[in-house]
Amino acid sequence: MTGRAAKTIRVETLARVEGEGSLYIKLVGERVADVKLKIYEPPRFFEAFLRGRHFSEAPDITARICGICPIAYQMSAVHAIERAFGVQISPAIRLLRRLFYCGEWIESHTLHIYMLHAPDFLGYADVIAMAKDHRALVEKALRLKKIGNRIMQLLGGREIHPISAAVGGFYKVPTKQQLRDLREDLEWALAASLETVHWTAGLEFPKFEQDYEFVALRHPNEYPLNEGRLVSNRGLDIDTAEYEDHFVELQVKHSNALHSVVRGRGSYLVGPLARFNLNFDKLPAIAREAASDARMRPPITNIFQSIVVRAVELVFACDEALRLIREYEPPAAPRADVHNRIGVGQAITEAPRGILYHRYALDENGMILTAKIVPPTSQNQKRIEDDLREYAGQLVAWPIEEATWKCEQAIRSYDPCISCATHFLKLVVDRNEI
Amino acid sequence: MSSDSKPKPRIGVFKFASCDGCQLSLLDAEDELLGVAEAVEIAYFPEASRAMLNGPFDIGLVEGSITTHADAQRIQEVRRQSKTLITIGACATAGGIQALRNWKDVDEFIRIVYATPQFISTLKLSSPIAEHVPVDFELRGCPINKYQLLELIAAVLAGRKPSIPSYSVCVECKRIDNVCIAVARGVPCLGPVTQAGCGALCPSYDRGCYGCYGPMESPNTPSITSQFRILGQTDSQVARAFRGFNAWAWQFRKASEESERT
Repeated sequence: MTGRAAKTIRVETLARVEGEGSLYIKLVGERVADVKLKIYEPPRFFEAFLRGRHFSEAPDITARICGICPIAYQMSAVHAIERAFGVQISPAIRLLRRLFYCGEWIESHTLHIYMLHAPDFLGYADVIAMAKDHRALVEKALRLKKIGNRIMQLLGGREIHPISAAVGGFYKVPTKQQLRDLREDLEWALAASLETVHWTAGLEFPKFEQDYEFVALRHPNEYPLNEGRLVSNRGLDIDTAEYEDHFVELQVKHSNALHSVVRGRGSYLVGPLARFNLNFDKLPAIAREAASDARMRPPITNIFQSIVVRAVELVFACDEALRLIREYEPPAAPRADVHNRIGVGQAITEAPRGILYHRYALDENGMILTAKIVPPTSQNQKRIEDDLREYAGQLVAWPIEEATWKCEQAIRSYDPCISCATHFLKLVVDRNEI
Repeated sequence: MSSDSKPKPRIGVFKFASCDGCQLSLLDAEDELLGVAEAVEIAYFPEASRAMLNGPFDIGLVEGSITTHADAQRIQEVRRQSKTLITIGACATAGGIQALRNWKDVDEFIRIVYATPQFISTLKLSSPIAEHVPVDFELRGCPINKYQLLELIAAVLAGRKPSIPSYSVCVECKRIDNVCIAVARGVPCLGPVTQAGCGALCPSYDRGCYGCYGPMESPNTPSITSQFRILGQTDSQVARAFRGFNAWAWQFRKASEESERT
């Protein structure tokens, strides 16, 4: 494999990512000749079989796209359908959804920081091997992760594919006391998150600054989770319903996932780095200070530092969860009345990995006519390949094994969720040049 | 339990078409994970480790359904390498939600989703693992219950029968003193025909069970169908109720097809 003129970096099965993908990079001399992030995860056709299902089933069905971020799917689904029907949710439901989402962020970010990504920085194959030398660190991670799961269990019944989220609200809402019971755990979690920022900031990062188009939600009063306008650092500022006017999906031969690009521009980046850079001013003071202490000020343009940004977002999620618990007053009804009507509704929410777009067209009986879902990883996929093309060029002199590991680490910086990315959309544009 | 001198039992975790949620259950066992890792060698688990060791494995945990030619071949190799093969979750045990394609023309599905259909290689059916290779134990659920998974691993390693109930969700409701939402409030509920394991979650959250643990041992689906009809559900609603995450499990499949025919 390691001839003088050409060599290849090949990872047949990408590890510590959710789903099945492989990596192929061809280097010719000093030049990166080809990069393919191949997603061979089998397609599951969610958009096709959502047709003819009742709107009330959408949050349950779309959750099954991803066992790692089911709440993101449930939230984008319910918001899109509520928009189609003109349903107004109560402030208490809005609060509970934010809290629910905080639970998923805490769980998912902790999983990624400590169990999927940290082993790269410390030189271990996995968290189990890491635990042999860093037991206390791993125990802290597990406790933190469990607290995220606890929020999801309380609000959703279980952490994977929760059963309580519904169009209009929840099937059942918690009491004030049940939320108060989370407080002690969350106070510990907040302190642990601050330590996580400090710890991740001390890791060593390759020099790799890139010129990204960051895309994230932005809300006038808060760090974005469930709502906001869609903005970028290159002037994008749109209502989420206009998403499809500005972004297109391209099918590429080597992948079962579609590539997403900004119309007329190209690849873009979604997820923690994008949110942080576009919404730094909306972080609570405690998260901003933690970031500043770690010398993390926007714009952060090194994808490897996303582990620190995830930690800052952990601080936000714990602090926000505590605030929401303090403010909670149970709603009069667990969910708003829902009157279905013919219509189309779109929504974008911030999954842990970045923006997740749903669109549903519904008939007069509340049955789904068409569905479109664009998960964050398909949006990042092209950007990951662009990064690797740059980054692999820095590694041409490296031994192939180390270069391979470094490329894997770069991919894992995106926390790719390949299960999500495979299942895709209609209205695909096919272009040979991509 | 095991000393360092004695080789630990080796576990492999394999993924087919699925959402990753069932294997995540292992990482979600926060209080037990490090203990499990001391008792066994997790030799192959790509979601968690880049060290992917070769078989053979004492236990192969298989998540996901078979939907491609390549996967139909790969499962044969996983079976050869696994002394005990356990399928985890509704995809592996019943074909999963993606088995909804089994009633449709999959080529049409591909055309709906992909612009260049010829790039996509897929089988006509999404099928459970047991249709391809012998399976030693099937753990139900969408997702599985992590405590049932831990119990199953412990039982296999100890050479005993796992304590995993095959009765219905109704028994779980009775145990936790839930008032029956079907009887008291007329909410359509698949609890009577669905295997226990979730802890009667949906009825506890004021909604009917939607069958994510699949059919219980001897489900009386004609009776629940007529009950749904009495509660005002249409035939197509009944068919849809059975056509969920365990749609291809034969009992649910039969029930949905019968409702569709009437």
